[in-house]
Amino acid sequence: MDKLPHIWCPGCGHGILMRAIAKAIENLGLDKDKVCIVSGIGCSSRAPGYMDFNTLHTTHGRALAFATGVKLARPELEVIVITGDGDAAAIGGNHLIHAARRNINITTIVFNNNIYGMTGGQYSPTTPTGDLGTTAPYGNIDRPFDIPKLAASAGATYVARGTAYHANQLVKLVEKGIQNKGFSLIEGVSVCPTYYGRKNKKGTAVDIMKWQRDHAVDIKVAEKLSSEQLEGKFLIGEFKNTTEPEYTEEYQKIIDRFIKER
Amino acid sequence: MKKNNIKLMQGNEACVEGAIAAGMRFYGGYPITPSTEIAEGSAQKLPRVGGKFIQMEDEIGGIAATIGAALTGVKAMTATSGPGFSLKQENIGYAAMAEIPCVIVNVQRHGPSTGLPTSPSQGDVMQAKWGTHGDHPVIALSPSSVKETFDLTIRCFNLAEKYRTPVILLLDEIVGHMREGIAIPDTSELEIIDRKKPSQDDKDYLAYKVEEGEYVAPMAGFGDGFRYHVTGLVHDESGFPTNSNAVADKLCTRLMKKIEDNIDDIVTYEELYMEDAEVVVLSYGGTARSAKSAVKKAREKGLKVGMFRPITIWPFPEKQIKEIADKVKGIIVAELNYGQLVLEVERVVKGSSDIFHIGKVDGDIITPDEILSKIEEVI
Repeated sequence: MDKLPHIWCPGCGHGILMRAIAKAIENLGLDKDKVCIVSGIGCSSRAPGYMDFNTLHTTHGRALAFATGVKLARPELEVIVITGDGDAAAIGGNHLIHAARRNINITTIVFNNNIYGMTGGQYSPTTPTGDLGTTAPYGNIDRPFDIPKLAASAGATYVARGTAYHANQLVKLVEKGIQNKGFSLIEGVSVCPTYYGRKNKKGTAVDIMKWQRDHAVDIKVAEKLSSEQLEGKFLIGEFKNTTEPEYTEEYQKIIDRFIKER
Repeated sequence: MKKNNIKLMQGNEACVEGAIAAGMRFYGGYPITPSTEIAEGSAQKLPRVGGKFIQMEDEIGGIAATIGAALTGVKAMTATSGPGFSLKQENIGYAAMAEIPCVIVNVQRHGPSTGLPTSPSQGDVMQAKWGTHGDHPVIALSPSSVKETFDLTIRCFNLAEKYRTPVILLLDEIVGHMREGIAIPDTSELEIIDRKKPSQDDKDYLAYKVEEGEYVAPMAGFGDGFRYHVTGLVHDESGFPTNSNAVADKLCTRLMKKIEDNIDDIVTYEELYMEDAEVVVLSYGGTARSAKSAVKKAREKGLKVGMFRPITIWPFPEKQIKEIADKVKGIIVAELNYGQLVLEVERVVKGSSDIFHIGKVDGDIITPDEILSKIEEVI
């Protein structure tokens, strides 16, 4: 508690997302000494500074590369990465696809607020086309990434999306991500009233939360809806849950080969 | 020492042997000429001793994984060459700030940019010192032979562990790819330093709390049962960030002092024919081999020439070079660049001796004859 107050703006969704992770860890009964939380740079990545685990706040975009070293060197650690949309999908995009490809047992939670918040509201790889940012004063002409789709196609074995509004569902998604023996990615759709919201006239933090409530459709529900009914909506829930060989276990098999030889 | 331990190998291979002897159990890297044999050797040998190797997706990932692994308590290394060394700089600074022991090998090649990838150079000497942003000290060692590559790789790990800092092994393509017979000593004959850890019952452990008279705090590995925070932000004794100017000053000053106050422990060098020398050739790394040959030839001709070879490049052996400059009339600096370490010599000597430079940027080595003719011109 001596680390509070936190640095996030009033109305920021990141605290809800961080709580979901803490709650998931508590629900799973994980040993705090064996949990390692790694982050990069940005609003999202300040979360580990408020969490009582082995916490590592790294350089911009590199959280997954640091985490890969931690996990491979000490596989008994439960390694969880907290990253943002810019951190994970722009400067750290290469590390994201390769961590997913390796299927290394790391759970990544992307705090997606659709903007670079820490630096004051520049457009990010998830800012919707046409929206405004301080570096997109005439509207963003980039096309946004769908980060869960990116992770799934790169080889992640557990992929999901939740929102700050659907807080209880997010806890379950994070729990399942941690339980998956492989690379898991959960996108947590956040709320940035200060930069993304204000710039794009989205109203108050509460208004943005209500928008999440009204526009998020669970993938199971979406299966029964027509494309017209899904117009303007976005999907949440569990998108992928498969089993593939896990990287650190595969490496251990190589080591074991030589232990037998000795 | 057993006789059959003598092996013919490259400097790059000796680096791997030295690293494993020092206790390296993790390597994270990315292929790049002319350092690739270090990655290949590590990939082959590490799992056989229970260690881990990973080829990351890029150079930045290579050092990031190395730092992450080091934080769990293992000794970790990455190796690269010029372009990769540029890419690793940000995280070298991170390791310096967060005080994570690790070893970064740079097998220098010709540059700038892609340059001549298989040709030698000593163009990264200043980058090793000033490549990162911000202000922090650097330890960099530069070997001249295959055996010394083995020894200095161990020393890099020892210094990293002792001072909780990244340490750079500044190899060059000459030594990295040169083959010599070397005797690999038994592990029992080696001095191996391991980082100081907190005692298991230390309930008040603070990861960055330095005791009076010490320079670094004991370092717990992630997973050892001490939960703490690591960041590249300015942080207090607990490791948590702060904006306090007083804490920033205390931290950054301590990072400087832990190296500065221990220069005599860190600096090593070799001297040859220095007793009556009137002119001294200062050279390092692969180029020092040509310098040594030139100085020997000069002595055969009766010329009073000595040689000084810094083994520790950073921190620079200032004290020793000042003393030499007061005694001799000229110092010839031979290095494979347009003039880098010579600037340090000039700074330290402050005009008390004439300074001459032999440099080269064509991708070829400096020959003994080129150094010898300079000696004859100067003396």
